[in-house]
Amino acid sequence: MTGEPAIGLVVNPVAGLGGAAGLKGSDGAAAQRAALALGAVPRAGERAARAVRALLSRRPGARLVTVPGPMGEDAVHAAGGTCAVIHPPAPPRPAPGLAEADGPMGARLVAGTTAQDTRRAVVALAGVDLLLFAGGDGTARDVLDALRELGGQAPPVLGVPAGVKVYSGCFAVSPATAGLVAAAFRPGRTGEAEVVDLDEDGYRRGLVGPRLYGTVRVPEARAAFSGRKTGSSGTPPATVEAVAREVVSRMRPGVRYVLGPGATTRAVGREHGVATTLLGVDVVEDGRLIAADVPEAALFDLVRPGKTVVVLSVIGGQGFVLGRGNQQISPRVLRAARAPLLVLATQRKLAALRGRPLLADSGDEDLDRRLSGHVQVITGHRESTIYRLRAASEEYDG
Amino acid sequence: MNTAESFAKLPVAPKPPLRRFHQARWDEPIIFELSAPGRRGVAVPGPGAAPVELPASVRRAEPPKLPEMAQLHVLRHYLRLSQENLGVDLNIDVGQGTCTMKYSPKVNDRFAGAVAELHPLQHEDTVQGVLEIYWRLERMLAEISGMARVSLQPGSGSAAIYANIAMIRAYHAARGEGHRDQVITTMFSHPSNAACAKTAGYEVITLMPDAEGLPDIEALRAAAGPRTAALMITNPEDTGIFNPRIQEFVDLVHEAGGLACYDQANANGILGITRARDAGFDLCHFNLHKTFSTPHACGGPAAGACGVSEELAPFLPGPVVGFDDGTYRLETPAASIGKVRPFLGVTPNIVRAYAWIMALGGEGLRQVAETAVLNNNYLMHRILAIPGASAPWGRRRVEQVRYSWQELTEETGVHSEEIGVRAADFGVHYWTSHHPYVVPEPFTLEPTESYSKEDLDEYADILAHVASEARSDPAFVKEAPYNQSVHKIDMTSLDDPGEWAPTWRAYVRKHLS
Ligand SMILES: Cc1ncc(COP(=O)(O)O)c(C=O)c1O
Repeated sequence: MTGEPAIGLVVNPVAGLGGAAGLKGSDGAAAQRAALALGAVPRAGERAARAVRALLSRRPGARLVTVPGPMGEDAVHAAGGTCAVIHPPAPPRPAPGLAEADGPMGARLVAGTTAQDTRRAVVALAGVDLLLFAGGDGTARDVLDALRELGGQAPPVLGVPAGVKVYSGCFAVSPATAGLVAAAFRPGRTGEAEVVDLDEDGYRRGLVGPRLYGTVRVPEARAAFSGRKTGSSGTPPATVEAVAREVVSRMRPGVRYVLGPGATTRAVGREHGVATTLLGVDVVEDGRLIAADVPEAALFDLVRPGKTVVVLSVIGGQGFVLGRGNQQISPRVLRAARAPLLVLATQRKLAALRGRPLLADSGDEDLDRRLSGHVQVITGHRESTIYRLRAASEEYDG
Repeated sequence: MNTAESFAKLPVAPKPPLRRFHQARWDEPIIFELSAPGRRGVAVPGPGAAPVELPASVRRAEPPKLPEMAQLHVLRHYLRLSQENLGVDLNIDVGQGTCTMKYSPKVNDRFAGAVAELHPLQHEDTVQGVLEIYWRLERMLAEISGMARVSLQPGSGSAAIYANIAMIRAYHAARGEGHRDQVITTMFSHPSNAACAKTAGYEVITLMPDAEGLPDIEALRAAAGPRTAALMITNPEDTGIFNPRIQEFVDLVHEAGGLACYDQANANGILGITRARDAGFDLCHFNLHKTFSTPHACGGPAAGACGVSEELAPFLPGPVVGFDDGTYRLETPAASIGKVRPFLGVTPNIVRAYAWIMALGGEGLRQVAETAVLNNNYLMHRILAIPGASAPWGRRRVEQVRYSWQELTEETGVHSEEIGVRAADFGVHYWTSHHPYVVPEPFTLEPTESYSKEDLDEYADILAHVASEARSDPAFVKEAPYNQSVHKIDMTSLDDPGEWAPTWRAYVRKHLS
């Protein structure tokens, strides 16, 4: 037994197949078949190998543990590395009709890998110190499901971006960065990152809508090549915790706070000392949890006009603050609250919008228009910005 | 002997289009590790200068713990380090955008050497010459910025920004407006503005760029109010875009009762063209180590200068130099915020900046700006001709440009950092951007007035070559560098106070004991 942490690897070999074919995702056997027919070449294995190569270049003695074939072992070998191989209980087997799909050589190898295979592999590798997985947001959801199954035994994970959609915060910026972060990983030093996904059918039809599925533990984020400027100290990256600290410091007695879904709003609950939910809408007041995971009707009853502040995180890469995963906060709830929204996002999340506005799609276009304008967005402790919020209907109508 | 490399035949074979650079690697230890007890270098006193015997009362009881080295070993050590480095004197240093890496004329080092023997606590009467230099440099910077008074005390740009925010705080407090607790800045202003404001206790509102790449003026309108203490803004911003509505920004903040503070650390594109005070700013600062050619000194001490309007002059850090009756005197302004560093300032750099401005004169300064802008636009023309490179928002730039490799990255998977590292194999480098990256896959180039057209062509040729390598063999570029002293650096220790060690003493304490 060496002191080297064990690094696990799971590859979703069909991740990213749809991207090259312009299919905006690879979920579902039909999309995969269509992609292969269009000549798509599977690249997830290659991207995983790039991560492994970077890992080994920095940490030649790294202990790698993976599952057989295209779901891990092949990538380690392609990177010139060695690994221990664990066989999950049921080996991957082709889904009917898919293995015969026309496609280049590699495609035949990978066809038929399912979400179940990913989950089984993650469970089989539960004992590692850090689990790398190569794929996209869909894969991240499968990993999240498996980690939930494992509960307290779940290792921290880090995504190697290899899918079409990589909006989740658990992905490194590139495969090489994933390898370098893994090389620098020290057990115990972890943070939290969101797993979000788009409904691919909607996305293919141009109706984008990210949803937050949960959070996973990831290595403490550090830019592997940060290109820093010597001698100039920037402000430390505003973290979710800093945002939460700011929100709590602004809370006033006798005011009800409606916390929307999201890791940032949940951090507010944590900072406040109450167990709020990740995916639900919670209500807190004077340091107490008044109600957790409330449905719309109950929420409406809890709103005290003029004494209720709605706190929302920006979800995913599209900038939605209303109408995506928080429909409980309905137009009548917002009307009754009658106080400005408190919007939360890190600077990094806002920068990713590239100048596009935040979006409101509450279900009532008049209300959306009334909410729109310039809103304060809390980006850290005693740090904020003033950012444009638009009605989603206007943004898409141009 | 390899005949292809032989120089026996004349004329000498032409050089290849790109330099076959290879950086030295010496495995050079830290100088403290080279120390051996009793080793000495000797500087023989010149004729006529009798060695001064220090009185016992000011002599150290124990010698300082400096490395003990022979002259040759000192020389060799630093030459080796210089060979393992890329600096202004060695490479085409246009890649450190926003840092303004310009040539520092060597003659100015000789002038700076002339004040090396002064003691900072000498009586004013014995240092009239150096006080005159402070006075005259202050007057010149006041003329350049339009401000009433200038402090030359700060030891860096960030220290100058901190002095400015401390003055802003003192100003509002003196007027009974201490409730103003917010500072507004912009995403593309240098992050020291936000950091200093926060250190001084302010809440910071950072305006994000709009779709044009300019700070959103509607957001400023929404942000400015009774809590606004100041706007702290860089212009041109780090993108190299000059904010054409800067006057409106200043006016909006004034209307709300706040002060306007201009980060002119890098005034290289506007010297002799625009003045902070003319746009209504109440305070500004310069980095002498950017605009006025003094060395950056690898993290200091460099030199910053704070310029203020008549109204804020009483709050300046002290002492400042006053001139009265033919004599220069040290004075502490009436409501001074105190000292931002010991003594008067970083005197050798004050001398260098003074000499630089004196050599150029007013017209020369304007020519510096015009040449820097011309150089930048020429380089931009060359860079934008490289497939995969772009300059978001497509506007004209002043003295620098924040470019993007987004298109190249999307096509090849090679990131901007990796291209910059590969460029180091050809003896140049670049810096990407502050975080978070608003411009995707960024790189920031700033040619200043120092570089020739040939230099800029060589630099652009190198980037064009690396970009084409990224297309033909991305894995090769990702594994770079190949010709450097150090291949890949683990930067994590720089983020960990338990690990970083800016001095030998800290290194011994944290890592060797
Ligand atoms: C515009 C601007 N302001 C301020 C600073 C900070 O100066 P210093 O590094 O001397 O603290 C810099 C340095 O990069 C700068 O470019």
